[in-house]
Amino acid sequence: MQTLTEPAVALRGVTKSYGEGAARVTALRGIDLDIGTGELMMLVGPSGCGKTTLISVIAGILDQDDGACSVFGRDLRAMRGMAKARFRGETVGFVFQAFNLLPALNAAENVSIPLLLAGLKRSEALERSRAMLDRVGIGERWRSRPAQLSGGQQQRVAIARALVHQPRLVVCDEPTSSLDHETGARVMEIMREVAMQGSRTLVVVTHDARIFSYADRIAVMDDGKVVKVVHSAKELQDAP
Amino acid sequence: MNLVALKMLMGDRAKYIGILIGITFASLLITQQSAIFTGIMARTYAAITDLPAPDVWVMDPKVQYIDDIKPLQDTQLFRVRGVEGVDWAVPLYKGLLKARLSNGNFQTTIVMGVDDATLIGGPIEMVEGRLEDLRRNDAVIVDEHGAASKLAHVLPDGTRKPLAVGDVIELNDHRGTVVGICKVARTFQSQPVIYTTYSRATTFAPRERRLLSFVLVKGKPGVDLAELCARIQDATGLVASSGADFRWTTMMYFMKYTGIPINFGMSVLLGFLVGTIVAGMTFFNFTLDNLRHFGALKAMGASPWRLTGMIVLQALLVGSLGWGIGVGGAALFGHVTRNTELAFRMPWQLLAISGTAVLLICTISALICIVKVLRLEPAIVFKS
Repeated sequence: MQTLTEPAVALRGVTKSYGEGAARVTALRGIDLDIGTGELMMLVGPSGCGKTTLISVIAGILDQDDGACSVFGRDLRAMRGMAKARFRGETVGFVFQAFNLLPALNAAENVSIPLLLAGLKRSEALERSRAMLDRVGIGERWRSRPAQLSGGQQQRVAIARALVHQPRLVVCDEPTSSLDHETGARVMEIMREVAMQGSRTLVVVTHDARIFSYADRIAVMDDGKVVKVVHSAKELQDAP
Repeated sequence: MNLVALKMLMGDRAKYIGILIGITFASLLITQQSAIFTGIMARTYAAITDLPAPDVWVMDPKVQYIDDIKPLQDTQLFRVRGVEGVDWAVPLYKGLLKARLSNGNFQTTIVMGVDDATLIGGPIEMVEGRLEDLRRNDAVIVDEHGAASKLAHVLPDGTRKPLAVGDVIELNDHRGTVVGICKVARTFQSQPVIYTTYSRATTFAPRERRLLSFVLVKGKPGVDLAELCARIQDATGLVASSGADFRWTTMMYFMKYTGIPINFGMSVLLGFLVGTIVAGMTFFNFTLDNLRHFGALKAMGASPWRLTGMIVLQALLVGSLGWGIGVGGAALFGHVTRNTELAFRMPWQLLAISGTAVLLICTISALICIVKVLRLEPAIVFKS
């Protein structure tokens, strides 16, 4: 278990609503949460409880209506446009539920995208991408396109893409939901082995109880609020 | 990232080819229809194009276009010759005369009577015979297309035998002997063109007090044509136009007083609209299909400028390729139909116009796509 030191992510009274008037839906109702540097925090809860909205705010791709969200001491809402895009590009790695790999690119080219966005030369970006694919265990498949890879392999490519530019924060949305148990466990082990190196912070949204054991802490959400934060899957089961 | 943009575009072959076909279709329609329109308009002043030798055409002030003949007195020729700066001036007869065919039918022909002494105004390209043969008795030269079609002999079995050198043709009850076959630009009404000397043409023509249609003038070397035209007008009271100006006057008459521009304009416009809709929608659908990927790129830190650059690059690539294939197809169409009745003319200005139109299609489509992508909430990537 990780000791909470300096918070990588600090949320204070974060609220977020969608829509107007009668159709208005409140997704977050005053979230207060700290996530430490080097911590693997899982956000769990029923569908529609606000998990995805919360990681969108943390990752800087959605602005909260109210409250404060700081990531590594930077107030995200104060940043605009290009500055925010640059911050995301340098600081955040993304692992999506649907992988979101570009079908026309091979594995190495997909992984190289954050590096290309950071301005690296293509040759150098591809070299580093292949090294990262080696680290997640599919170095030999660097030429394969997403359609030629299994779900687990695609998710490993997505993980390599999320980590290749050495971001300090990685956000993962249901990283194992489309994988079988064994592949899901392997993906989480890779996340633990590779992603957690260098005091990297991981925020994982999941429904998958089988991977709760990989978390340092688990924040349980319901109806737009964090209702409790526990330190293990057992504690989660034992809690009333 | 430019390479990523291109791979995104070409990765899905079916969609890529679909966009390309849309833009090619638009480009082909715009270029081909405009080329036919230009070809038809060029036929209106074909008689002027076929006479490159003179610098200036002198005519009655009431003449509105090349076929609108208002005959002049023969003495006007001498007045024009007396104007300072005129190197030479020759008469030209141009009129519509009926030719009697071997089967008894009549065919209206354009008869051009050229200067007896110099033969200036005669056809530029001879297929058979020589221009000088016009000096022989009753000599006429017939255009190749007319000889093979409207003036051809109809044999008893219904087949057509082209009029040939040595054949006799009856023009307004006068005998004409074919001494040569020439090539001329097709005329607007596709009538056969018959060349003979000025003096012979005036005997073929119905009796009139005035028979001189135009005076063709060559300016002395170094003479300013505009000044020469002004001097001729001052001295004779006639209108003097350069060949280019007379072509323009003729074309503008047809533009103004016939339904051709609006009919073809509608066709070209329809082609442009259909092309725009097909190409624009296909490109927009491609972007829509890739919205999730653009969202992922945006989430990963791609700036609005970067995304805009990627979309513009994709639009420019399919635009230039589609335009190239489209105008290539139009040129091929023109080449294949070059020996038919179809009017087709594709000057470089047409390529510039269709290129601009395709660029416009791509720019509009790209702009719509860019707005969609820039307004895209990157959080879309977290929606499964």
